[in-house]
Amino acid sequence: MPAIVAEGLERAFGDVLAVQGIDLAVEEGEIFGFLGPNGAGKTTTVRMLTTLLLPTGGRASVAGHDVAAEARAVRASIGVALQEAALDPLMTGRELIRLQATLQGLPGAQGRQRADDLLERVGLSGAAERRVGTYSGGMQRRLDLAAALVHEPRVLFLDEPTTGLDPVSRKTIWEEVRDLNDDGTTVFLTTQYLEEADQLADDVGIIDSGKIVAEGTPQKLKAEIGNPHIQLQLAEGSIVEAEPILAPIGRLLPPKDGKTVLVEVENGAADIPRVVRSLDEAGIAVESLELVNPTLDDVFVAKTGYHLEQEGEEKAEQEALET
Amino acid sequence: MSGARTNLRVVRALGMRSIRQTFRRPQFISPIIVFPTLLLAVQTGGASAALELPGFPEVQSFLQFMLAGAMMQSMMLAGNSGGIALAIDIEMGFVDRLFSSPIPRFAVVLGRLAGTAALGLFAAIWFFAIGLIFGAEIEGGVPGALLSTALITAAALAVGGIGAAIALRTGSASVVQGLFPLVLVLLFLSTAYFPDELMIEPAKTIAEYNPLSFIVEGVREPIIAGIDAGDTLAALAAILGIVLVGLLLSVSALRHRLRVG
Repeated sequence: MPAIVAEGLERAFGDVLAVQGIDLAVEEGEIFGFLGPNGAGKTTTVRMLTTLLLPTGGRASVAGHDVAAEARAVRASIGVALQEAALDPLMTGRELIRLQATLQGLPGAQGRQRADDLLERVGLSGAAERRVGTYSGGMQRRLDLAAALVHEPRVLFLDEPTTGLDPVSRKTIWEEVRDLNDDGTTVFLTTQYLEEADQLADDVGIIDSGKIVAEGTPQKLKAEIGNPHIQLQLAEGSIVEAEPILAPIGRLLPPKDGKTVLVEVENGAADIPRVVRSLDEAGIAVESLELVNPTLDDVFVAKTGYHLEQEGEEKAEQEALET
Repeated sequence: MSGARTNLRVVRALGMRSIRQTFRRPQFISPIIVFPTLLLAVQTGGASAALELPGFPEVQSFLQFMLAGAMMQSMMLAGNSGGIALAIDIEMGFVDRLFSSPIPRFAVVLGRLAGTAALGLFAAIWFFAIGLIFGAEIEGGVPGALLSTALITAAALAVGGIGAAIALRTGSASVVQGLFPLVLVLLFLSTAYFPDELMIEPAKTIAEYNPLSFIVEGVREPIIAGIDAGDTLAALAAILGIVLVGLLLSVSALRHRLRVG
């Protein structure tokens, strides 16, 4: 049975339809990457799935419980770390985890032990008595994640868990998410970082303007828009000789410059020896070779008509100008 | 563990958090303790000649008369600060953490109110201590002091309910903070600082019907004269009324929050 199901899920705010009838099925034990730009409807969807917002249409269930009719049963099955760690800066790290243990109904001694274990797990034991307001962004995210895990939830919702973090902190969170998933936790992860979805997700859903525009494994989505290509740098003047040799192996793509040949190949890396052997037999020297796979950004562009990360940067710039 | 016991543990834990938050944030503790204490000192020092006015109640000292007013001010501002703290929790997303836990959502409000009630208790004890140090007598003795303390504690819970409802409805700390002047106006239009017999219209009529006046008199009577069943019952009725209004507004605001996110 899928851990998360949405059927025609809708959310309107007045006349604005923020989420427009989305369908989703996230299998037990997988990491689902929910990808989209700011304002696409990711957070609204997560808020409905975590029972923080009532849907205005359609239905959804999490861990087998309806989000509207069995909200408390849903909340008992999920861990939630929402966008921008919702932490009280006046509490210490240990106080926060213990409060979360109480909220989840863990008895006192068990809650205290669990808090110690989790603080150790996320590397915050040394800072446990410090107020959260003195933590760095990465520490706050790790604490938020620890709080979401206090009751060992079946399904974990992470809403943009690495937004604004430095690369090292981002990698730490990724490792933690992988470990959790290895332990059997289903993870629903929203992100606006393509690399994050590509690295972590078993399945990806792309949302744009409140609608799911693509869904599937990252490999399947990339395959849908085309095969990988081999990028070859040859000696000046060799291209004319190389093209008829490479044409039977794969479709030639428009070259970038006078030294580069692009060959679309069906079998990816498996086609590299054939390419190198053919050129070598013809006496054409290869200066460099690279296998270029389609990226999720290519998928995003194909489905929406614009680049996700570029769009995010433009919005950030706009916000900076407005403030 | 039974559901009721778990809910009680949650309310206690959230109440403790609320109290810690107040003592760790100077802008919360200041209006609850420092401001009313200073006002009590200024009023007692500068306006004690009011005792000579014809119609002023027979009291041992002006400080004795003013203790109930100071407690009321402290209690009202504790309720307002509780609302501000809840609104800050909403603004920074902490309420989402609480609402995404498998507890009844009203337990979140009750936890905040438990903290506010504890601050009301603290305020009553603080002002009794000040009164006793500076020579005020408690005519109702220990039972009278306990009764006044209990009424202030219950009133803090009731007023906190209104603050919580406004916080839940608006989700804005600045809106709740903007009610500060209104709190003072409501107090000045009650018998907190002056007996209604000496007020002029329309303040006199407003003070006569102001629910806060009933609570003030219920708190003051054990201090200046002794326990009076009629005043106590009137104060309890006023508190109950405010509790009911706060309850209805809070339930409605909780539903609203779930609808709008």
